[in-house]
Amino acid sequence: MAVDTPIPKTKNAAGATATPTPRTVVRPSSVTLKIIMAVSGILLILFLYVHMIGNLKIFLGGTDFDHYAHWLRDLGTPLLPHMWYLWIQRGVLTLAVLAHIYTAAVLTVRAKKARPVKYAHRPKVQGSYAARTMRWGGVIVLLFIIFHILDLTTGTVNPIGDHEHPYANVVADFAPGRWYVTLFYTLAIVAVGFHLWHGIFSAARTLGQQTEKGQRRAKTIAAVLSAVLVVGYLSVPFSVLVGLVD
Amino acid sequence: MDIQVRVWRQSGPSDRGRMVTYDVKDISPDASFLEMIDVLNEKLILDGDDPIAFDHDCREGICGACSMVINGVAHGPEKATTTCQLHMRHFKDGDVIDVEPWRAKAFPVIKDLVVDRTAFDQIIQAGGYISAPTGTAPDAHATPVPKKDADAAFEAATCIGCGACVAACPNGSSMLFTAAKITHLGLMPQGQPERDSRVIDMLQAQDDAGFGGCTNMGECAEVCPKGIPLSLIGRLNSDYRKAVAKS
Ligand code: HEM
Ligand code: FES
Repeated sequence: MAVDTPIPKTKNAAGATATPTPRTVVRPSSVTLKIIMAVSGILLILFLYVHMIGNLKIFLGGTDFDHYAHWLRDLGTPLLPHMWYLWIQRGVLTLAVLAHIYTAAVLTVRAKKARPVKYAHRPKVQGSYAARTMRWGGVIVLLFIIFHILDLTTGTVNPIGDHEHPYANVVADFAPGRWYVTLFYTLAIVAVGFHLWHGIFSAARTLGQQTEKGQRRAKTIAAVLSAVLVVGYLSVPFSVLVGLVD
Repeated sequence: MDIQVRVWRQSGPSDRGRMVTYDVKDISPDASFLEMIDVLNEKLILDGDDPIAFDHDCREGICGACSMVINGVAHGPEKATTTCQLHMRHFKDGDVIDVEPWRAKAFPVIKDLVVDRTAFDQIIQAGGYISAPTGTAPDAHATPVPKKDADAAFEAATCIGCGACVAACPNGSSMLFTAAKITHLGLMPQGQPERDSRVIDMLQAQDDAGFGGCTNMGECAEVCPKGIPLSLIGRLNSDYRKAVAKS
């Protein structure tokens, strides 16, 4: 006769029964959250690249740049009415940002709860600077995104804020007298660079990259893609600052 | 050599705990770190004090019982070395050495440096097994396993479940441990029947136990006494995504 040996319920030090209590609310798993974060992050990177290429048109002069900006509003026509494509893209990007921040916040809270008592002696975490600053770096990037939309999309905080002439808005924005705008812009772009230096590798890993060779490759690609973005984006304000673009 | 240690003393789970300083004199550089604590404990007992509680068993680096965060690094300064295999010659005369327990919500302190690692057992119980027919033992070579897979599975199987990965992780995550188990069982033909349910259930058990999520920092692999590679976490992620898509 088969007899089931009862498995004793283990108790942990706090005296709580160790068998997990059934949850009434289903929490998304940590890997599910990371996958959402990685996919939304990749969408944002794609946008950043396209946006950077668009920005570089500033070097072709005001007419070309303004023409490009107007063309964006008609993208997708005649299939879509005027401005529709732009609004769809804005909707998708907003969702991506919200999903990214929400999952980042949930994981941050879980991580804080996972270590309630801090180490008395903790040398600098050996992980890279980029990996350590993902959370605060992300907050800087978020503040910048808000400022940037008010500045060059709505024109609210731009000294000119003329929708018909974006080239003039950019030139006015980074005028030497407004060095603090250029400074914030630089800081934010460098923060994006650091964020992606770790973020691109991390996203690859989250989506299943699993070989040692692939890890080295993913880290190199991450470094190159982030560096190109930083240089591409910073070339605009600094060209205005030194008068290359006016 | 003479050193000073500052050790975490906590009389029980509900005590708040604090760092207490002790002088340890005349320690041989050939003593292991645990032997140094043994010497200190003998003195404490002679003085009528409570000796420092710490976990240890094999003292040869294979059981995973020893668990001390030494100067902020799980298992101390030597790479790929457990605390029991760490020797005092890696320290200098006059050093002040901080010794703390693994710190994680899922690993509550029982006393001093001893933590309760039941949470790891729960993760193993959730999926760290295979289905095997009972009866006569099958021929050793009845199921061929490619050499590459056997080696990789063996590398993952060297995980001794000490919990250093959790202690080191800034997020208090046990991803490296769970990934090692997923890899070790999932690479073998015998591990295939439960491959999908295993990764889902083990990750669930890990999340439920209160471990944090992984951010691919790599602290865990730095301190792992068995050198389990960080890349295994990618395998867990990939297996998990595929398993969820199928379920
Ligand atoms: C330009 C916008 C952004 C882009 C392109 C971006 C991209 C990425 C990528 C690709 C990842 C890696 C995902 C993974 O680990 O699997 C990531 C992670 C992360 N992001 Fe962002 N992100 C952006 C903005 C933000 C913002 C605004 C925040 C917070 C307010 C943020 C917070 C985080 C955090 C906390 C992580 C997790 C770090 C980790 O897992 O190591 N990000 N981001
Ligand atoms: S006591 Fe067994 S590994 Fe250290």
